[in-house]
Amino acid sequence: MTVADPERLGRPIPAAADRFAAPAPSGPFPPTPEMLAEPVPPDLAAAQEDRLRKAWKAPSGWRYWSAVNNSEVGVWYTLTCLAFMLGAGVLALLMRVQLAVPENGFLSADRYNQFFTMHGSAMMFLFAVPMFEAVSILLLPALLGARDLPFPRLSAFGYWCFLIGGVFVLGSVFFDAAPNSGWFMYPPVSLQQEGVGPDIWLLGLSFIEVASIAAAVELIVGTLKCRPPGMRVNLMPLYAWYVMVVGGMILFAFPPLIAGDFLYELQSGFDWPFFDPERGGDPLLWQHLFWIFGHPEVYIIFLPSIALTAMIVPTFARRPIVGYSWIVLSAVGTGFLSFGLWVHHMFTTGLPALSLGFFSAASEAVVIPTGVQLFAFVATLLAGRARMGLPMLWIAGALAIFTAGGLTGVMVAIAPFDWQAHDTYFVVAHLHYTLFGGFVFPVIAGAVYFYPVVTGRMLSERLGRWAFWLIFAGFNIAFLPMHLTGLIGMPRRVFTYPAEMGWGGLNMVSTLASFVIAAGFAVLVWDLLRAAWVGPRTSRNPWNAGTLEFVPDPDENWGTRSIPYVHTRYPAWEQEAFVERVDSGRFYLPDAPEGLRETLVTSVIDARPLQVLRVPGPSWITHVAALFTAGAFILPVYHLYWAAGVSSALAILTVCVWLYLSARSHPEAETKDAGLGLRLPLYVSGPSSVGWWAMWITMLGDATAFASLVFGVFFYWTARPDFPPEGAAMASGTLAVAALVALALSWALTLTARVVNARGRPWTATLCLAVAPLLAVAGGAALLGSVWLPDLDPTSHVYPAILWAIVIWTLVHVGGGIIMQLFCLVGLLAGDFTPRHDAPLWNITLFWHFLALTVLVTVAVVAGLPRLL
Amino acid sequence: MSGCEGPQSVFRTGGSDAAQLEHLFLVMLAGAVVLWLGINGLFYYASRVSARPVSRARVEALILGGGVGLPVVVLTALLVYGLSIMPDQRAPGDGLRLRVTGEQFWWRVEYWPEGAEAPVVSANEVRLPVGRRTEIELAATDVIHSFWLPALGGKTDLIPGRVNRMSLEPTEVGTWRGQCAEFCGLSHALMAFQAITLEEAEFGAWLAREAQGLAPEARTAEGYAIFTAQGCGGCHALRGTEARGTVGPDLTHVGGRATLAAGILPMTADALTDWIRDPAAFKPGVEMPGYDHMDPDELATLALWLEGLR
Repeated sequence: MTVADPERLGRPIPAAADRFAAPAPSGPFPPTPEMLAEPVPPDLAAAQEDRLRKAWKAPSGWRYWSAVNNSEVGVWYTLTCLAFMLGAGVLALLMRVQLAVPENGFLSADRYNQFFTMHGSAMMFLFAVPMFEAVSILLLPALLGARDLPFPRLSAFGYWCFLIGGVFVLGSVFFDAAPNSGWFMYPPVSLQQEGVGPDIWLLGLSFIEVASIAAAVELIVGTLKCRPPGMRVNLMPLYAWYVMVVGGMILFAFPPLIAGDFLYELQSGFDWPFFDPERGGDPLLWQHLFWIFGHPEVYIIFLPSIALTAMIVPTFARRPIVGYSWIVLSAVGTGFLSFGLWVHHMFTTGLPALSLGFFSAASEAVVIPTGVQLFAFVATLLAGRARMGLPMLWIAGALAIFTAGGLTGVMVAIAPFDWQAHDTYFVVAHLHYTLFGGFVFPVIAGAVYFYPVVTGRMLSERLGRWAFWLIFAGFNIAFLPMHLTGLIGMPRRVFTYPAEMGWGGLNMVSTLASFVIAAGFAVLVWDLLRAAWVGPRTSRNPWNAGTLEFVPDPDENWGTRSIPYVHTRYPAWEQEAFVERVDSGRFYLPDAPEGLRETLVTSVIDARPLQVLRVPGPSWITHVAALFTAGAFILPVYHLYWAAGVSSALAILTVCVWLYLSARSHPEAETKDAGLGLRLPLYVSGPSSVGWWAMWITMLGDATAFASLVFGVFFYWTARPDFPPEGAAMASGTLAVAALVALALSWALTLTARVVNARGRPWTATLCLAVAPLLAVAGGAALLGSVWLPDLDPTSHVYPAILWAIVIWTLVHVGGGIIMQLFCLVGLLAGDFTPRHDAPLWNITLFWHFLALTVLVTVAVVAGLPRLL
Repeated sequence: MSGCEGPQSVFRTGGSDAAQLEHLFLVMLAGAVVLWLGINGLFYYASRVSARPVSRARVEALILGGGVGLPVVVLTALLVYGLSIMPDQRAPGDGLRLRVTGEQFWWRVEYWPEGAEAPVVSANEVRLPVGRRTEIELAATDVIHSFWLPALGGKTDLIPGRVNRMSLEPTEVGTWRGQCAEFCGLSHALMAFQAITLEEAEFGAWLAREAQGLAPEARTAEGYAIFTAQGCGGCHALRGTEARGTVGPDLTHVGGRATLAAGILPMTADALTDWIRDPAAFKPGVEMPGYDHMDPDELATLALWLEGLR
C-alpha cells in the first residue's frame, strides 16, 4: 500500500504559518487493484446499507414536500415542465382551430395574440430550458456516481421558484390578462398593451430566469467538483460535457435578457425612454439584447438533446462513442459560435450589407460543429454492432426532422432569402422542425431510455410505437405544408386571413394533423404515468449501457451505493467487476456512520478526491425563501411596490438565515475515513470549496448582465447622433471619484479581513468588517449623489436614463455587498466564523472583487466617458 | 405549381428581385432534398442494414468528411452565390422615390418623383413603373412594421426613429398583394396593401392625376358637405380643400384605389358605408371612431361620394 504523494492529492502539507488551513487528504490514491478486489464482509455491507438508507430516507407524509434530494426534486421538476408543455400545447391547438378556415371567429384577435405569446414564451421559458435543467438535476449525480448535487437546497429553491413563477405566468391566460406581443416582446408595440400583461411577462419570466441561472450554477459546480475520483475531464460522460457547455451558455446568455428586462421595466414602469426614439432611445437595442440571449437559447435547447443522443447511441451501437474529443470540441465550438449569430434574427431591420454578410457566414459556420456531432453518431453506429430499440426509433425520427429543420436553417441564414422567408410560416415550420427534431424527439428518446433509471420499470413498447408514429406522422403532416403556406404569402402571428389568399386548404391540413400530434402525446403521457405503477419491473441496466447512471438501484434513495473509482469512459463495460464492487460498498463513502448525507468533492481537472462534503437534508426554509422571492417579483406587477419591498427584504433575510445556519454548523471532526484507506477533510474553504466556485460562476453571469448595460451605452453612442445630447448635464465627477475611493477602501478592508482572519487574528478582521460597510454606505451615497445632485432627469432623454440605470444596478450590488459584510461581521462576533472555518469570508471577498470592478467601470462610464465624447 | 400562385405568393414573381430570390430558393431546395436523403439514408444504413463493424479509420474519415469537408464545400459555394445577389437586391433607385410610413394599421405612401419638392400623397396602395428601379424609404411613427411585397422582392422593417431603404424593380404589369410582416398589434393580420405595376407612360399619367387636388365638381356635391359637417377633415386630407388632417389616410383619390381599409375590404359604396359606421367591426383596435350615429341616408350619400373620388 503506497502512501499518496500529498502534492498529487491537492493542497500541500500545511506549513506552520498556515496552521488554520484544512488538513490535506492522506492515504492511498488511486486505489490498487488488490485493494479493490478485497471483498466486503456481507454483515458489514448490510449494516452500512441500513445506515445509508436511514441517512438518505425521503421524508414521508406531508413532509415529503420538504425533500431536497435530487431524486425527488428532479422528478417534480421534470413533471412540472411536462405539465407546462402540455398547457402550451393546448394553446397551440386552439390557435390551429382558429386558423383552420379563413375569416374564422373562434378566437378574437386579442385572445389569439395572447395565445401565441404564451405558447412561445411557455415553450421556451417553462419547458425547453427548465426541462434540460430538470433532467440534469435528476440524472447528473447518477451520471457522475455522486450521491447528490453540491447544493440540494438550491435545487429545491429553484424548483419552487419555477413552479410559482410558471403557474403565475401561464395562469394569466385564464384571466384574459396574458401578454399579447409575442414571445420576443418587441417594443414599442409591447409597450402599448395596457394592464398587467407586459409586467407578467417581464417580471414573471425574469423570476424564472433567475431560477434557471441558479440551476445552471448548481449543475456547473456539480460537474466540476462532484465527479467520482479518477474521472478526469477527458473521461466524463458526454452528457456532463454538455451540461457544462449549456450551463455556461445559460450563464452568459440569460444575463443580457435580464439587463434588457431591467431597462424595459424602467421604461414601462417609470417612463425612462430606452426604446423611445423621440427621446434618444432606440427600439433596436431591445432586439439586440433579446437575440444575444435568444440565439444562444436555441443552442441551449438543442445541445442537451445531442447530449442525450450521445448517451443513447453508444449503448445501441454496443461500443464506445467514436470521436469523443471531436464531439467535445464541437459542443464547445457551437457554444461559442452561438453567441455570434444573433443578428440573423434581424436581417430585415435594415442593417448594413457587411453585417448581413458576416452574420450569414457565421450562421452557416455553425453547421460544421453540428455536422461533426451528427456524423460522429453515424460513425459510432457503423463502427459498432447497431441494434434498434424504442429509444433509437425516437432518435431516428429526431434525425429525420432535425436535418430538415437544419437544412431550412441553412436557407434562412442566407440573408437575401430571409428577406422573403422572415416572419412567415416558412420560419414557423423551420423553427418547429428544429425544436421537434432537436429537442422534443430526443427528450422523449431520453425519457424512454432513462425511465428505468428513475422508476425501475419499463415503458410499453407497443404504446411507445403508437406514440411515435402518431407524433411523427402528425408533425410532418402539420408542419411540412407550412413551408409552402409561408412561401405563398402567409405571415406569422396573424389571427386570420382572407379566403381569397388560397391558404385555407394547407391550414386545414395543418390543423387536422395537429390533433394527431396531440393524440400521440396523450398516448405518451398516459404511458409515462401508467408505467410508473404497473410497468414491468426491469433489471437495473435493461439496455446494457456502459455508463454510471444505470448502476444505482432505483429502489434506494442513496444514489450510488459507494462512489466508484473511475478510470474509463464506460466503466460498466470496461472496469473489472464494476457493478458488484459499487454494490458491495467496495469504493468510497460506503457508509454513513454519523447518519449524515455525504458526497465526495474532487479536483476540477483530474478529479483527485479533496473533501467529504456534507449535503443538507429536507428543509422548509427553501419554500419560505421561494415564496418571498416570488413576492418580490410578482407584487410589482400589481404596482404593490411597498409590499414588494417588504417581500424582498424578507426574502433576503430568509436566505441569510438559511446560509448562516449552514455556515455555522461545523463538522465534528477535521477529517474522516472516506473508504479504501483515504482520509479526507470535512471542511474546506476558498477555491477548494464548492461554495467559492458557485460564487465565482454566479458572478460571471452577473458581470455579463452588467456588461450588457454598458453595451447599451456604446450602442446608443454609435447608433444615435444625439447621444449625449448637446449641452446635457453631466454626472458629478467629484462625487463619482469619492464613491470610487470609498468603495475601493471597503473592498480592501474586506480582503484584509479575510487575510488577517486566516492568519489567526479574527479581532482585526472583525474591526475591518465593522468599518467596511460604513465606507460602502458612504460610497453608495456618493455614487447616488453623482447622478442625483446634477439633476439628471432620467425621463427626459435616454442619456441620463442609461446612466441612472447603471448607477442603480451598481447600487443594488453595493447593497448586496454590505449585507454580505454584515453577515460575516455577525459570524465573527458570534464566534461562528473562525480562522479555521472561514468559507463565508472567502466567498464574500470574491463577490467584492467583482463589485470593485463593477464600481470602477460604473464610475468610468458614468462620469468619465461623457467628458471624453 | 397552381397551388403556389396565390395573390401573395413568392412564386408569382413580377419583379427582378423576387425572380432572383425564387431561383435562389429552388437551388437551395434541390440541394436540401439531396442532402436530407443522403444523411438520413446513411443513418438508416448504419442503424438497420450495416451488419459488420466498419473500421475505425474509415468512420473517422466519415466524421471529418461529412462533418467538416462537405459543409465547407457546400456552404462556401452557397454563400458565394447567395450573398453575391445582395448588391443587386439593394441597388440604388433610378429616379422615383417612394416613402412608405407604417401606421397602426395602414400605410402612408408618398411619391417623390425626381426633383420634386413636395410629395404626392396616397395610402394603402403602391404603384410602380415597370422596368425602372424605384427606391423605397421606410419609416414608422408608432411601432415596428415590415413592408413585404413578395411578388416583387423581400421585406424590410419600418422602425420608429429610423429610415430604412429598399428598392424594387418590377418587370411585369399586374396587381399584387403585400402585407405587414412584423407583428404590430391587435390588427396586424389586417394590414395589407395592393401594388399595381404600370408601364412607365401609364404610370406617369396616373401620377399626374393623383397629384391633383379634389376635383371642383366633387366640392359642390352633397357628399362634400356631409364630409365637412361630420368633421372628417380633422383626420383625413382632401388636397386643395380645408380638410388637412394627417392622422388618417389621404382621401383625395380614395375611390381610385382597389381596396379599402388597407387591403381588407373592396372599394365599394356598401363597404365604405359599413366601414364608416363601425370600423372596429372590421379592424379591431383601429383608431377611427364609428359613425353609427349618422343618418343612414347621409352615410350612404357620403360613401357613394367617396367611392366616386378617383
